[in-house]
Amino acid sequence: MSTSGTYSEYAQPLWKRVLLTRESAVIALTIVVVLYSLATVPNFDGPLTLKFLLQDIAPILLISLPMTLIIITGEIDLSVASIVGLSSVLLGVLHDNGLSLPLAALIALLLGAACGALNGFLVAYLGLPSLAVTIGTLALFRGVAVGLLGTKAVTEFTPRWVDLATGTIGSTNIPLVMIPFVVLAVGFSLLLHFSTSGRGIYDIGLNNEAAHFTGVPVARTKFILFVLSGVVSAFAGIYYTLRFGSARGDNATGMELQVIAAVLLGGVSIFGGRGRIHGVLAGVVLIGVISSALRLERITVNVTNIIIGLLLVASVIATPLIAWAAGKLPRKAPQSEEPAPPKQAAPAGV
Amino acid sequence: MRIHSSRATALAALALSVSLLSACGGEDTGGDSGDGDSGGGDIALTMLPKNLGNPYFDTSTNGAEEAADEVGATIEEVGPETGDDPAGQVPFINTVAQQGADGLIVSANDPEAICDAIAEARDAGVKVVTFDSDTNPDCRDLFINQATPEGIAAKQLELISEQIGGSGEIAILSAAANATNQNAWIEMMEAELKSNSAYKDIELVDIVYGDDQDQKSFDQTEALLQNHPDLKGIISPTTVGIAAAARYLSESEFKGKVKLTGLGTPNEMRPYVEDGTVEAFALWNPADLGYLAVQATTALVNGDITGEEGETFDAGRLGEFEVSADGVVLLGEPFVFDEKNIEEFDF
Repeated sequence: MSTSGTYSEYAQPLWKRVLLTRESAVIALTIVVVLYSLATVPNFDGPLTLKFLLQDIAPILLISLPMTLIIITGEIDLSVASIVGLSSVLLGVLHDNGLSLPLAALIALLLGAACGALNGFLVAYLGLPSLAVTIGTLALFRGVAVGLLGTKAVTEFTPRWVDLATGTIGSTNIPLVMIPFVVLAVGFSLLLHFSTSGRGIYDIGLNNEAAHFTGVPVARTKFILFVLSGVVSAFAGIYYTLRFGSARGDNATGMELQVIAAVLLGGVSIFGGRGRIHGVLAGVVLIGVISSALRLERITVNVTNIIIGLLLVASVIATPLIAWAAGKLPRKAPQSEEPAPPKQAAPAGV
Repeated sequence: MRIHSSRATALAALALSVSLLSACGGEDTGGDSGDGDSGGGDIALTMLPKNLGNPYFDTSTNGAEEAADEVGATIEEVGPETGDDPAGQVPFINTVAQQGADGLIVSANDPEAICDAIAEARDAGVKVVTFDSDTNPDCRDLFINQATPEGIAAKQLELISEQIGGSGEIAILSAAANATNQNAWIEMMEAELKSNSAYKDIELVDIVYGDDQDQKSFDQTEALLQNHPDLKGIISPTTVGIAAAARYLSESEFKGKVKLTGLGTPNEMRPYVEDGTVEAFALWNPADLGYLAVQATTALVNGDITGEEGETFDAGRLGEFEVSADGVVLLGEPFVFDEKNIEEFDF
């Protein structure tokens, strides 16, 4: 509710408004985990850690940007990982048939846009529930991807393009893919937090119909967001393919859940209307750091999943639980409290 | 309710930090002791199968641990839960590079996708040996090959010839018609039948395809027996096919009369060996494969070999092995499972 739900928050000083938010909590937790890992996890302070970490989470960071905006409108896109797989296969097949890599990549991006447009049309203009639509296209896109290549893989890619996906900036340990990511992150932040359309995105999530009647182009906004999601997923697919030098239909299977988990951990409400980009990015990094540190500790992947799962569940239940407990306490100097708008109850019910 | 939810989030964060720290703290001791092990001058190896919880790889890891005990190495098994994602092994390979382990033994989920990660591990000084499933040869130091196509083809013909007394009609139940490895084995068997005088009385009358589907393989077995009333034996060089064919035979009048052999796994084939449907079938022994992989990796780490063709190394109870072209070490002939030894295996 930080942007448009209530104005009582402005009754607080700026430092409180900035520091005492869900996003700040996730960022603080991320810093704590990083410092703790640096101090105690063997080899976590090695030179390769940052590079591997960023390379691993790059596709999730990328896709989490449009996913954040979509979930804030109250919708969801489960087909993103299948678009990664489909664009990977198309890139491989086109390149295998003699197209230059930039041209094949451009066509793969257009395919991503087309996939997103299909989702967007069904959700925004036909009014179908995005959960159902994108479960369908999750299976559809993955089916086409695996059908196109079967169990084969295309593995011949021009080395200099592969180097772009695996290389680092100069002599640093920061992968080159962070450059397009930062550009996109700034773009999506400007769109969501500093534009009229961004306020419209929150309004849609808070109340679809009210947003419509106040002049927000609800259908067009949702349509564009799904197209953006398709394009960014296709871009992630191109990166994924080149990084591993392997175009396969089953690339990135299951990644949609990693993206959505990180978005929710980052403080976006699954009911829409609430969340901020920096919180989400911290959520992605937090999960990445925990996985990386636990692997270095030789903890099996099952235990890692249990810990991340508990963290997610805890993050979802902690907020309303503690709010409820706080509500039981006698209130100090009541502030200018407004009656909660109907949607405000939503986060408490998450 | 802004104040309360702000305070609530801060408290929530605190609670999360505490729970997370305690979780990490709990694991900390394990990590320290692991560190101590590898710091003691031992050789530190990591075993990375295609996925965890797979009886086949559990067996190979058991063999690997046996060898590690003998050579004084420590070995850790890590890996993804499922083999779904071709790149799912990459983070584990990266971790090995970060830890600077001495050796990595990996069964590749994808011949190409993990190559970059392996290259970085090798840059960090890790010796990388593939087993069971290879990467491109230039990615790794050695590949421990469980069996050659020639060996697999020859062993299956030998088994069926023995079982049908050296003469009569046989048929092959394969997987998919375009399965590369199946077709390579079938071509070699056809060539061997023509050229080897020991098989002059054996006639290959049919090749059918069950597409590695249980029901289809079952139906194809039934059709084979109807179309070829004089059929003496069936070779099924696929684990799905041989199990389905065995199930059909065990419930039919042909049980024990029409012989069946091929490539199968002990757990799937055990009931049919026990009830007499199948006398013997072949595969390799995953425990020996894991054992040999650790011996070879240790030889690399100790500098006894570098992976060049023609080098030899001692592999404990398995004897001496030679590195052949492309850095391949061959485990040997396929292993034959029969009623005498099948109880010893669980995969």
